[in-house]
Amino acid sequence: MILLKTLKIAARALRRNTLRTLLTMLGIIFGVGAVIAMVSLGNGAKAQLEASIATLGQNVITVLSGTVSRGGFRMGFGSAGTLTQDDYEAIRKEIPGVNGVSPEVRNFAQLAAGNQNINSQIMGVGADYLEVRSWPCAVGESFSEADVRNAQKVALIGKTTAETLFGDEDPVGQIVRVKNAPFRIVGILSTKGTDMWGRDQDDVLLLPYTSAMKRLTGDTTFRSLMIQAVGPQVVNTLTNQITDLLRQRHKITAGRDDDFLVRTQRDITEFADAQARTTRELLFYVALISLIVGGIGVMNIMLVSVTERTREIGVRLAVGARSRDILLQFLTEAVTLSVAGGALGICFGVACSRLVTQQLGWPTLTSADSIILAFGVSAAIGIFFGFYPSLKASRLDPIDALRYE
Amino acid sequence: MAAAGLVGVEEVCLVAMQQPIIKLENFSKTYHTGEVDVHAVRNVSLEVQPGEFVAIMGASGSGKSTMMNTIGCLDRPTSGRYLLDGVDVGQLSRDELADLRNQKIGFVFQGFNLLARTSAFENVELPMLYSRPGIRGREQQERAEKALDLVGLGDRLDHHPSQLSGGQQQRVAIARALVNQPKLLLADEPTGNLDTHTSIEIMGIFQDLNRRGMTVVMVTHELDIARYAMRTVVMRDGRIVSDQPVISRLNAVEELNELVRQQQAVQLAP
Repeated sequence: MILLKTLKIAARALRRNTLRTLLTMLGIIFGVGAVIAMVSLGNGAKAQLEASIATLGQNVITVLSGTVSRGGFRMGFGSAGTLTQDDYEAIRKEIPGVNGVSPEVRNFAQLAAGNQNINSQIMGVGADYLEVRSWPCAVGESFSEADVRNAQKVALIGKTTAETLFGDEDPVGQIVRVKNAPFRIVGILSTKGTDMWGRDQDDVLLLPYTSAMKRLTGDTTFRSLMIQAVGPQVVNTLTNQITDLLRQRHKITAGRDDDFLVRTQRDITEFADAQARTTRELLFYVALISLIVGGIGVMNIMLVSVTERTREIGVRLAVGARSRDILLQFLTEAVTLSVAGGALGICFGVACSRLVTQQLGWPTLTSADSIILAFGVSAAIGIFFGFYPSLKASRLDPIDALRYE
Repeated sequence: MAAAGLVGVEEVCLVAMQQPIIKLENFSKTYHTGEVDVHAVRNVSLEVQPGEFVAIMGASGSGKSTMMNTIGCLDRPTSGRYLLDGVDVGQLSRDELADLRNQKIGFVFQGFNLLARTSAFENVELPMLYSRPGIRGREQQERAEKALDLVGLGDRLDHHPSQLSGGQQQRVAIARALVNQPKLLLADEPTGNLDTHTSIEIMGIFQDLNRRGMTVVMVTHELDIARYAMRTVVMRDGRIVSDQPVISRLNAVEELNELVRQQQAVQLAP
């Protein structure tokens, strides 16, 4: 009842000078709006990233071959061929808890079928590859262990590549020429979407790694190995075991660096999180500054309001308002002001992120957390910056206040 | 005047000479402004009995406003004692003073001091918002309507001060002063901003309230306004120089009739 009355009084006082109220709220509107929009963008990007990390497969450990330095330039991991066929076999045979292992060699090549041709990514992989990456065939079946062993000229084709080369035709059973070598298509891969770097993973041709190395790349080592653990609980143990095994096999003495890199999905997630955290921190400070500026606006206008309404305060005191009543009245006004600003800011922020999604196609995700937080923060601003003016009002002497011109 | 009986006033009528409602004992008030001490009121003693209608007069700087502020519990004496209805005001905290003002005193100011852009009804409700214990919404509404009825503004509840004449605004202020059923009505130059006709009307309301038992203390510098009271206290340089009953007391109803007659006579004259 009393609260309702106080709120009514506050609302009326704010309505009395609508333009001024709006201008004061502007700082908070922009502050809160910017935070909501940025958090939505950040969340959207994070969700997309997580989705693409998940496309790697489940409980997947990636071993990248080591770096090589050429004339002072350090190339990326995978540039030096330190992972051999024997390493692959060793991991497969000696380490328990492995669900599947597949090597990976990559190259780009011109593909041709009929009168169409396209430059696509060629990946040489093992028979386990599709299972490791949770990437089933949409049509047909993967090539077998025997196909790999015998370096058969068979291929699995990605959706995008298939559409480019064959249009509406069924590609299964057709021949695709890779650098003039004919490969028979045995299956179409299901859609995978884009990876972490935004590359279309469906524009691909999978070959047995043996065939790819022999006929296309000429490599004798692997760029990477993908290992799937039987469950999430063994991922760490496996990582250690693989590291130990490879160090031993590569004869790396204690104290020297690995010539390979073992990565789990968690490592990748953590790396992405670390980047997101930096962005969040930056965002936090930007938000903090704009909200402080907004808060100072609130304080400023509340001080003006207290001065303007000195006589009103005098009358209220004369008819029996206690100091606390006056304090509460102005505090309510400040909080109403900032929370209304916050609410408008939330609308503004949500509208902005919608617009970004609509116009630029960037994914955004407005979480309930950020909205609740924005409300809380605006209320806190009102209390913090409204307190001093309210205190000033409540400490007025009734006689002076009544006499104020 | 729509004369619905004001609740709580009747009981005051009986007690003519038991306990004074206002009792100032050797009251002094000194302001420290810079190096100089200003003795606004010096060693004044004054008693006002329930049911009295007192006019306090004096030039500006005579100390009458200071005395009113103290009587109104807006301020405390520097020395001496002030007993309001038996309560020693000098001992009370700021909040206790506020409660005392809320419960026992109704204020009427020269400048009306109504809240702008707020309806007459809501202006009158104001003191009840600060009542402890709180008053239920239903009762607040009834009391506000009744008080406005009493001053003849029962049909103007929703009017804002800017839509009312000076006299009507002062009536709203009187309704506000009465709504918490105070024991004492304090008026600081209530007719200072009003024309003669409206001034007499306001005096009529005061006399009416006084007749029904309300104690009224009024500061004025107009001699003919003071003659509507029962007793005049004249102050000069912080001291009371005269305190005597009004001999030829004016009756607002008669004066108003007289004034109307005169005005008609002027209009009829060729």
